[in-house]
Amino acid sequence: MIRTHVLVCGGTGCTSSNSPAIRAAMEKEIEARGLSEEVKVVQTGCFGLCALGPIMIVYPDGTFYSRVTEEDVPEIVEEHLLKGRPVERLVYNDTGNEEKVDGPVSLSDTGFYKKQLRLALRNCGVINPEVIDEYIAMDGYAALGKVLTEMTPKEVIDLVLASGLRGRCGAGFPTGRKWMFASGGEPGTKKYVVCNADEGDPGAFMDRSVLEGDPHAVIEAMAIAAYAIGADEGYIYVRAEYPIAVKRLNIAIGQAREYGLLGKNIFGTGFNFDITVRLGAGAFVCGEETALLTSIEGNRGEPRPRPPFPAVKGLFGQPTIINNVETYANIPQIILKGAEWFSSIGCEKSKGTKVFALGGKINHTGLVEVPMGTPLSTIIYDIGGGIPNGKKFKAAQTGGPSGGCIPASLIDTPVDYDSLTAIGSMMGSGGLIVMDEDNCMVDIAKFFLTFTVDESCGKCTPCREGTRRMLEILERITDGKGEEGDIERLESLAKTIKTTALCGLGQTAPNPVLSTIRYFRDEYEAHIREKRCPAHVCQKLARFVIDPEKCKGCSACSRKCPVGAISGQIKSPFVIDQTKCIKCGTCLDTCKFGAISKN
Amino acid sequence: MKSLEELAAIRDRMKSRVVLREGSGETRVVVGMATCGIAAGARPVLNAFVEEVAKENLTDHVTVTQTGCIGICQYEPVVEVFEAGKEKVTYVKMTAEKAKRVVEEHLKGGKPVSEYTIGNN
Repeated sequence: MIRTHVLVCGGTGCTSSNSPAIRAAMEKEIEARGLSEEVKVVQTGCFGLCALGPIMIVYPDGTFYSRVTEEDVPEIVEEHLLKGRPVERLVYNDTGNEEKVDGPVSLSDTGFYKKQLRLALRNCGVINPEVIDEYIAMDGYAALGKVLTEMTPKEVIDLVLASGLRGRCGAGFPTGRKWMFASGGEPGTKKYVVCNADEGDPGAFMDRSVLEGDPHAVIEAMAIAAYAIGADEGYIYVRAEYPIAVKRLNIAIGQAREYGLLGKNIFGTGFNFDITVRLGAGAFVCGEETALLTSIEGNRGEPRPRPPFPAVKGLFGQPTIINNVETYANIPQIILKGAEWFSSIGCEKSKGTKVFALGGKINHTGLVEVPMGTPLSTIIYDIGGGIPNGKKFKAAQTGGPSGGCIPASLIDTPVDYDSLTAIGSMMGSGGLIVMDEDNCMVDIAKFFLTFTVDESCGKCTPCREGTRRMLEILERITDGKGEEGDIERLESLAKTIKTTALCGLGQTAPNPVLSTIRYFRDEYEAHIREKRCPAHVCQKLARFVIDPEKCKGCSACSRKCPVGAISGQIKSPFVIDQTKCIKCGTCLDTCKFGAISKN
Repeated sequence: MKSLEELAAIRDRMKSRVVLREGSGETRVVVGMATCGIAAGARPVLNAFVEEVAKENLTDHVTVTQTGCIGICQYEPVVEVFEAGKEKVTYVKMTAEKAKRVVEEHLKGGKPVSEYTIGNN
């Protein structure tokens, strides 16, 4: 009889920090101690606290171990599993409060989890994603059963409409309305259900974690959607860079077929549905719905004009609904718990929760899920643990390369679709990159634009040429060659691209530039007029100088300088020739007396 | 699988196996499992509790867990039962047989087995 479950995270983050070896060592040690009949090791999806991985949780006591190594395993087995004494030095018990707690605290009391509400991620880190029975134990496939046996397709659509669920990627279009548009047409029309799992924003990994931690939720939701619109075939388009997600999806689909939850005559109701997984090669543009459909059809991934929208003319020219992973992950619970339950969470126009991938200058890098409308400050400080090294928060970027930044003055903005759009950012898929005082906002804008220029598919001129011209201006500015009028030129180009690009990605590509100009215009001006980078990031604007008061004349810097820009007499102050200096910073690292500074 | 009944059957069968991970039982049975407890035979006691609780379908609200040394080594194996809103009950010198009775009378019946408690030993 099993008395203890040891959950070891098998998400991508923990896998790369060696969790498979830890799981194997754990199983071996448990076997050696004769505990195999009493203790079970379970591989799960992502717990969210990726920065502290590999993560291990011991139930029923709920002890949370972080940064476990293979060497720690025998100690955990002997002390905790055998003798009931948690290994204190590995216990994570940061409750986010001032006073320190002794000993383990339950997972839900840690500062990181306390203010979260996990709906889309409810099974991530709880069940073994490779065992369908564990999903069924958590009421899995009950929603599909309910829909097929008790509800008409129209009732399903009405329920999703009433819940207020909006697409969790991109523009936040109401999911129920999308389904309604696709539900019409002649009876017998061939229709498709597609899942967009082509998560391409830099730093975003929400969808990957859902697929890795709870793949059956997506499969079940797609079957429900298929029933609602009258489709019998589905595609999941996932990038090949997500090998663990792809593997678990395929396992899950295989198990669902074996149980008759995919295939012909599901639950004996005459409803047929099956799913094909299509691997993407990692082009950012394929996350755009029409480009994604084109790619599934076997063509080069390029967007096509809308209208016609996919709901009318989508995959292979047939009515198609396309939702993203997180949107689907919410569906089974909405069916089981009702529209009222779902719409009671969140705020007026944004219902439910949103998953964010926290990254950048933040203590708890990882995955969090909060009710819509939670202030950004709560996410960054209470859940994210604040900015490392006591630095000051400067801005957060949401919505990836399509979004914008939120400056420190707006840190109390509620995070929902409309509030973010109002301040020039967007919800997007949920990447949230935190920046501190050491980040240059012009450099950040350049980073995102470099990404869009690289990833532009080249089909339409505004995106192909326009973003490149914008990038050239940004490069000029950060190289210290900016001219008066560059900001206005950027704004004018941005406006043209926004109104004329073919697809959503092109239309939103200028957003990072526009929002950084909006909130950090002074930084742009400092680069252009004073040839100065206030955050000391832009290398070419840096100026290294030697303080004659502090310089001992030891010549160490001049001997290290790769271009011979430093000269002087031994025992008297040295000087840097600014015309020769290549701003490499070697002198700064070499000086033992702190005489060299970077301006 | 061709029916909802089959799905429900799998769910019910599996539920008892994952409920452990919710770890939020209103009643907690804590078995002392330090060296002293193990030497005195705490493991069969712990296993007996786990088995009986599952057998009696009490897993929804009873969590069986372990702890280190409670400090009364001469009374090991020691088992403490915590119930929400009630005084903790400490059982001493436990055996697998006694565990069965505690599950039956205390956890299921709501009446502590006073002859096994610390005051009577």
